[in-house]
Amino acid sequence: MERLPVLKTLKCLVGGAFIRSEGGGVYPFYNHRGHFIANIPLCTRKDLRNAVEAAAKAAPGWASRSPYNRGQILYRVAEMLEARASELAEVLKLSNRSSRDALREVHASIERVIHYAGWTDKFQAILGSVNPVATQHFNFTLAEPIGVVGVLAPEERPLLALLSLVLPAITSGNTVVALASHTQPISAIVLGEILAVSDLPEGVVNLLSGRRTDLLPTFATHEQLRVVCAVANGSDRKAIEHGAADSVKRTVILNGDPACDWFADSMQGPCLIRDFVEFKTVWHPIGG
Amino acid sequence: MAQKKSPTPVRELLFGNLWEFDPSPESASPNIDPRYDLFINGKTVVPRSGKYFASTSPRNGKKLADIAEAGAADVEAAYVAASQAFPKWSRLPGAERGKYLFRIARLLQDRSREFAVAETLDGGKPIRESRDFDVPMAAAHFFYFAGWADKLDYLAAGRKAVPLGVIGQVIPWNFPLLMLAWKIAPALAGGNTVVLKPAETTSITAMKFVSILHAAGLPPGVVNIVTGASETGSAVIRHPGAAKIAFTGSTAVGKEIQRATAGTGKRLTLELGGKAANIVFEDAPIDQAVEGIVNGIFFNQGHVCCAGSRLLLQESVADAVLRRLKLRVQQLRVGDPLDKNTDLGAINSPQQLRKIQALVKCGVHEGADLYQPEVNLPKKGWYFPPTIFSNVSMSHQIAREEIFGPILSVLTFRTAEEALEKANNTRFGLSAGVWTDKGSRILKMSGALKSGVVWANTYNKFDPASPFGGYKESGFGREGGKHGLLEYLQLT
Repeated sequence: MERLPVLKTLKCLVGGAFIRSEGGGVYPFYNHRGHFIANIPLCTRKDLRNAVEAAAKAAPGWASRSPYNRGQILYRVAEMLEARASELAEVLKLSNRSSRDALREVHASIERVIHYAGWTDKFQAILGSVNPVATQHFNFTLAEPIGVVGVLAPEERPLLALLSLVLPAITSGNTVVALASHTQPISAIVLGEILAVSDLPEGVVNLLSGRRTDLLPTFATHEQLRVVCAVANGSDRKAIEHGAADSVKRTVILNGDPACDWFADSMQGPCLIRDFVEFKTVWHPIGG
Repeated sequence: MAQKKSPTPVRELLFGNLWEFDPSPESASPNIDPRYDLFINGKTVVPRSGKYFASTSPRNGKKLADIAEAGAADVEAAYVAASQAFPKWSRLPGAERGKYLFRIARLLQDRSREFAVAETLDGGKPIRESRDFDVPMAAAHFFYFAGWADKLDYLAAGRKAVPLGVIGQVIPWNFPLLMLAWKIAPALAGGNTVVLKPAETTSITAMKFVSILHAAGLPPGVVNIVTGASETGSAVIRHPGAAKIAFTGSTAVGKEIQRATAGTGKRLTLELGGKAANIVFEDAPIDQAVEGIVNGIFFNQGHVCCAGSRLLLQESVADAVLRRLKLRVQQLRVGDPLDKNTDLGAINSPQQLRKIQALVKCGVHEGADLYQPEVNLPKKGWYFPPTIFSNVSMSHQIAREEIFGPILSVLTFRTAEEALEKANNTRFGLSAGVWTDKGSRILKMSGALKSGVVWANTYNKFDPASPFGGYKESGFGREGGKHGLLEYLQLT
């Protein structure tokens, strides 16, 4: 007799715990052949606020980790991703992707994590500066984390795009609340399972699933989210930027161009880390 | 044998108002025209509406000049000129663009005294400040960014920096010419063209600056200046031809601008309000700290977004510092800004004076202790004495709202943690000051203070090479240094 497999209940990673939506809502996920695969949590505004709270709690600790330590943790994330690469590829294939294409996305995601693991203790040297002022002062500028970052991932490239937006933020010591692709959410949920066992402190990355329309206004206006990074067009973009003005929040909006090449080298690097840092300039007199 | 201590404290020398000083007015001519038109496409043009408004001197309330009021059609013409000038200007070799900026810097230095007098007459700031700070610093910004114009490829490793297009810029009244320089110099160095709106109470040095652009031979349309009040500003900000908006001003207006640009694809940088904490520890060099406190809050009558308006004193030295601070404040000379001995000049406008008066009244009403030295304020013009509120608590309005006047709120703390908690307990995050002799404490405090600038054992220092800008509701983006220049470029 064929063994009946045990199905996994899919949950979101918030504050190091696996949660279902506090509202109890789910939506069904079907593969491209129309077979039911699993129920996905339909996270609410309350879930988002809880996630922001978890991220805010984690923020000071993560920001004060040494850059070397953050790099080691990110490298550990890559190791854990590698171990579950084939599972992630299978998940991506549920949405009508060839094995080759799915594996390409997973591998590119792992390389991207490695790329940022190496930046943690180097971006400061690129983005910061010692400023030669005309007076007798020592003057330098440091790139500091801003705090809690909200991420709205695009529908396509659900793993690579999500990681491409989350990684530059956590590399510099921010914590993140991200909303996964609505149509292809499972790779983000598996990513949450991987992050939970990757030495990444709880609350540094929080991953929600659900409808963008439900959560976008709260992402835009929540005062503790100091940056919102989104792939968005048209009215979504306008709503995010308009809501952000309530608390002079920074916004990083990428055009939701379907042809956007998430594999490109230009989708990584210190220019992107720059979007998630505050520059602080310190003056001190030079004297006897 | 132990020496017996004198029972009476050492007598202080007080020069404040004990005897009359002869007036010592700056006598250079400001060369202010009776009327200023708009500057569009390299020409001075009358506004389509034919409307003008009066610019008065806060020094004595007398009218200085008529200033053109730009309407939507004028702003449109300015954007057309700027966008027509953009292709050629942006393709000009960087070295050539730089040479124009070097010329502007030099020409401004040549006429610095004249500009300083005009700035003081128009804005009310002491001539000592406009002469020694505003104008030389404005020239320094042009000189600094001139040098960047042919070095854009060194700004971001591995990326090419290209200009954005036409930049709409709206600047405040507290440092009129300097803010113009902060805005125009990096925009032009990066290959952009500009539509700039000065504040309505302080347009004169911006319009005088037009003669410098003429003398420098800057191609028409690269810089366009439209004067007017908030409606003109709104037209500048909402114009679809702007690739980027750069604004310096209040947080309330900054939020409006952020809403107005939402969904338009325009880039935006905001340099907004502040409520800076100036933190004095018990081991601080007290005499220097007192000078720093005075400079921090009374520089430019406190019309400074990064003013050290909340003084946090460690409890053990609070009384001693406050006593010395009051003595020092008695020596400040308040009066005619054109007088070379004046420390505090005129309040920029009657509206601003009313706002200051209302908040001071509120401070008294909320129970803080008011201290003002005896000063003879001029009969004409708009003036306010230096004011210190002690026994202020964090919930007081005078500890939370940006006053933008010569008003200092004094609070106390016991531990570094308490100082940090109080300093960061504000929606603003532009600047902060720390006074202590201990290096490790400076580094700890400067790391933990949520503000874009930290002055350690100094205050209110500025330099074109030093990035300036805020955290939180003090805005985003930086001005100055390579960070400031990058705000005017797209990395490809």
